[in-house]
Amino acid sequence: MLEIKDLHATVGGKEILKGLSLTVMPGEVHAIMGPNGSGKSTLSYVLAGREGYEVTGGRIIYEGEDLTDLEPEERAAKGIFLAFQYPVEIPGVPNSTFLNEAINAVRRYRGEDELDKIQFIKMLRTKTKELNMSDEMLKRAVNVGFSGGEKKRNEVLQMAVLEPKLAILDETDSGLDIDALKIVADGVNALRSPERSSLVITHYQRLLDYIVPDKVHVLAQGRIQRTGGKELALELEEKGYADFVGEAA
Amino acid sequence: MTAVSFLDGGLSGNRVLPGDGLAWLQARRQAGAERFAVLGLPTPKLESWKYTRLRPLDDTCYSPISGAGDETKISDLPGIGDVAARLVFVDGKLRADLSDTADLPAGVRFGALEDILSADPDWVEAHLGRVAGDTNQAMLALNDAMMDSGFVLHVAKGVVLSKPLEVVYVGGLTNAPIAYFPRNLIVLDSGAQATLVKHHVGRGVGAYFANSATEIEIADGAIFKHYRVQAENIQATHVSTVHARVGRDATYESFGLAIGGLLSRTEAWITLAGEGAHSGYHGAYMMRGNEHCDNTSYIDMAVPHTTCKQVFKGVLDDESRAVFQGKIHVARDAQKADGRMLNKTLLLSNSAEIDMKPELEIYADDVQCAHGATSGQLDTTALFYLRSRGIPEALARNMLVQSFLGDALEEISDETVREAFLDRVVHWLPAHCYLAGEWKESA
Repeated sequence: MLEIKDLHATVGGKEILKGLSLTVMPGEVHAIMGPNGSGKSTLSYVLAGREGYEVTGGRIIYEGEDLTDLEPEERAAKGIFLAFQYPVEIPGVPNSTFLNEAINAVRRYRGEDELDKIQFIKMLRTKTKELNMSDEMLKRAVNVGFSGGEKKRNEVLQMAVLEPKLAILDETDSGLDIDALKIVADGVNALRSPERSSLVITHYQRLLDYIVPDKVHVLAQGRIQRTGGKELALELEEKGYADFVGEAA
Repeated sequence: MTAVSFLDGGLSGNRVLPGDGLAWLQARRQAGAERFAVLGLPTPKLESWKYTRLRPLDDTCYSPISGAGDETKISDLPGIGDVAARLVFVDGKLRADLSDTADLPAGVRFGALEDILSADPDWVEAHLGRVAGDTNQAMLALNDAMMDSGFVLHVAKGVVLSKPLEVVYVGGLTNAPIAYFPRNLIVLDSGAQATLVKHHVGRGVGAYFANSATEIEIADGAIFKHYRVQAENIQATHVSTVHARVGRDATYESFGLAIGGLLSRTEAWITLAGEGAHSGYHGAYMMRGNEHCDNTSYIDMAVPHTTCKQVFKGVLDDESRAVFQGKIHVARDAQKADGRMLNKTLLLSNSAEIDMKPELEIYADDVQCAHGATSGQLDTTALFYLRSRGIPEALARNMLVQSFLGDALEEISDETVREAFLDRVVHWLPAHCYLAGEWKESA
């Protein structure tokens, strides 16, 4: 599904990722944990293709294809989805319009027929019901006036609509109470299948009680420092990241 | 000199202007001509014209209106649909064949200035110049001297028009550059309500210069909604001066959408003359190429308990330029005044330029006033957010531009007009791939 080899990336001329390697097989959920400033968000932006996040070395192979030169929208169409740590507010653009544009843009790119209005609304209703979201949130402008939990839920809704093959969750758990956390986790778990993979980036272990990972990686100093099973998360929760920060210092 | 050519022979010499037989009007024209001769065309030396120079007037020789243009281009004129009446002016001349005033309700007078001057000169005499006065504004003086077209709208006491009225100006159909000087008189008697939508459309590539003056009297308790789309062609120069007086508990709502024209300037002078008077003076501008758009306004809160709100938003691409000058003046006795002014501009190119000059001049001590002005570029995080959901860059940019202009357009209280204007915004955008219908339904 995803193979990252010796990835180096800079932001504003500063090297943040320094030889990161990682392989995610289809159907797997990987957690990436690490202290602040370790490069977690940079990794997610690099994977999604954000401008200004420059790959200076190494390769990102997604389903056998090098991603490096693809635009963000092309990556989205190929099934990569990034749930933002801080979802962006877009005044004046109704949430449902945004979702409609997104799904049809992706379908066009894939050579599929666009959904007509009735099909779209039917699909959307099913998704909101599954996520326990009100229709009222669809009428409001994208993320405008949404609470922290609503914004994250909206990210999960977008994910459910776009049905990505590789979902990257960038600290989706930050600032969530336990109920919101469960909803987000349910949304991710609902997408789990032998063909889909997830990369769950988090600072805390608690999300992993709900989204149980196949593998846990520790990212620090721009590299994967250690890889283990789900028990590694518990160990990190107990001991903190001091070992890894110190190691490279 | 250009200033001279407007008055000497070239434009006014050999033709009969409307109302030429009326002594009072002759005197008014004469006085205007004399003022203009002294003032000359405004130059950047004048504080209020610092950022806008009437360059196209330097080297273009304009002829008077003739009405002999290319008829083939008069089709698909813009309109918002179901209206009470409609006047169409082509190259400055009223075209009765394209206009429709058959269903005007009782108590409403709506027609060409020229016709009202013939039918009821006393009424025009009583109202012309009443709001604008004889100020030292060169462009107004020029209009006084040259007024050759325009319309009159008079809504009698207590008459409420349920449907909007519409005026369409079509320009640019002639080969030779032409100039015209519309004078519009709008009078709402007490308790009257009306909505007027004006479309300025440029067809063809002919150059033209429109110097219009509009006087608006909104008597006590009346409500006037005044909407304008300026979609002139790339050779058009359009200078418009608006004088409005808003009476006690009366409301003036204005929205100007500028989406085209080589050089345009709208200068508004609004006086909140009675307690409880309110003005909402708003607009949006979208410019590209080397277009230049100037919005200048002066709002005088003359008495206590008045309110005004101003939201202007613009999008500038290529090497276009915009000017926003707004002043809210609160008179000494005008306690409890509430004035708000906001100007925001989105620069889509590094060569685009905005000059902003928001000003508050407050002499009363118990008021609430605020102004804000910003300019910036598209939010790269928002752009990335949309693209990361699969939305192509061009469409994402369009969505963000619409999003940006959205809250200005929300100031349009008439839903039909707001939708029509949104549609114009959508069609201005490059490769208008946005689903306009979808947008409008949920907006």
